[in-house]
Amino acid sequence: MKTPGIFPAVPALVLLFAFFLFPVVRMLGYSVDAGSFEWYAKALGEGLYLGVFWNTFQIALLVTLICLLLGYPVGFLIATTTPGWAVLGFIFVLLPLWTSVLVRTYAWMVLLGRNGVFNRWLIDSGIISDPLPLLHNVTGVLIGMVHVLLPYMVLPIYGAVRRLDPALVAAAEGLGASDWRIFWRIYLPLTANGIFAGSVLVFVLSLGFFITPALLGGGRVIMIAVLIEQEVRQTLNWPFAAALSAVLLAATLAVYALAQRFTQSEART
Amino acid sequence: MSRRLLVVACAAIYLFLMLPLMVVFPISLSSAPYMQFPPPGLSWQWYDRFFDDPQWLDATWRSLYIGSATAGLALALGVPLSFSLVRGRFAGRALLDRLALAPVIVPTIVLSVSVYGLFAKLKLIGAWYGLVVAHTVLALPFVVLVMGAGLRDFDRSLEQAAEGLGASRWRTLRRVTLPLLRPSLVSAGLLAFISSFDELVVALFLAGPNMTLPKKMFDNILMEIDPTIAAVSVMQILLVVLVLVLIGRFGRGLGGANMSGSAR
Repeated sequence: MKTPGIFPAVPALVLLFAFFLFPVVRMLGYSVDAGSFEWYAKALGEGLYLGVFWNTFQIALLVTLICLLLGYPVGFLIATTTPGWAVLGFIFVLLPLWTSVLVRTYAWMVLLGRNGVFNRWLIDSGIISDPLPLLHNVTGVLIGMVHVLLPYMVLPIYGAVRRLDPALVAAAEGLGASDWRIFWRIYLPLTANGIFAGSVLVFVLSLGFFITPALLGGGRVIMIAVLIEQEVRQTLNWPFAAALSAVLLAATLAVYALAQRFTQSEART
Repeated sequence: MSRRLLVVACAAIYLFLMLPLMVVFPISLSSAPYMQFPPPGLSWQWYDRFFDDPQWLDATWRSLYIGSATAGLALALGVPLSFSLVRGRFAGRALLDRLALAPVIVPTIVLSVSVYGLFAKLKLIGAWYGLVVAHTVLALPFVVLVMGAGLRDFDRSLEQAAEGLGASRWRTLRRVTLPLLRPSLVSAGLLAFISSFDELVVALFLAGPNMTLPKKMFDNILMEIDPTIAAVSVMQILLVVLVLVLIGRFGRGLGGANMSGSAR
């Protein structure tokens, strides 16, 4: 069979140019309307908006760290267990992953609310007397975001542990190393690429998160995507929304570019 | 010893992952007139309310056909694209590869706002096919990832055999290549469908007055926590289970490429 050229790709290319590249570039153009950078000055200069960027960055970093702490054991377990258990382990990571984010966010509202399942249970069993504030604050947003993003951390870590040569572990065991020592000296350094890939993915996805902070933050946790939505749909301030989008996009691409450089220089050494 | 610790820790983490999926089942069957847990009794009232409400049904129906159209269009464009990307030898192929995957990297809010600006100008806000086009942009990377993996594992000597026996290029494609790729096609199509069916952010901007199911759910969650949402959630979870079963049965593995869900 002859090798296909670029022609089969043309219809898809037309779609991507017309409804992806063109609109994005067009919108970014609004941000430097009339050749001035005043909207960027507003986005990056005013304390209120700088605060939103800082908030977003902090939340993304925290989500990444928590996902790493929770994702490593799960990825590790699936990679080192018997095939039967591994399938089961995968199913219970994929099922939440493919369940609508809205469904999961709604469920967290039911669980974490003032009269929610957790608070009812804690009060009824006499552990606390006043409901804990778990919703409409950073705690709620963190719980919801970690839940959505955890699978993205588990999968690359699973891959990294699978690629590791089991003979190394057997050798260390034979030489009398403890489980902890094997983890710190063999597993952790040799799965660093999986940890890195998962962390970059989770961090970048966190930066642009909208649904979870919009619903679980209850208007009190403003992340950058929520701010953009408000500027477009409520304030109708297009140039400012465009400038905010440009900054978000630049941050996203910068993290990816840095990550790629890092992995390449890693591969060379 | 430390293995047992690991298993216990993972059991707790799995509980965290599954808890939100499980909690909606009892709530959807509650006989209480408002959100109450545990439910005082069982009833189908929230399911009845869903099936009696033309707004919910209308939104569900719209999401179903937009999802199907998106899957169709994403396959029609994405499958030939994947052939080019995997088998083609031409300048700029690496660049094209990046472009095809870029819609997952660009934050959905940026894409949504951009397309909203363009569609407002073109008077396409509220048009179902406008939403299909935007959802296809988002679904294309899934198709490329899944089909790409299928094509790379493809044994091309089978095509050479068909051509050696005198089959035309078109006949080889239709009778040999595509049937052998069917598992990948099934997975790619189902993933494209689900990614559109669950998609909220783009729909929030482009759907206008026409509700899709996620948009209707979003509005309802903002207004009031009504257990009808729990009933809708249960049906969505069952749909995802069905899709995963179909992928497991007729599709190509649940490995790496399939797993980047609709997160934002």
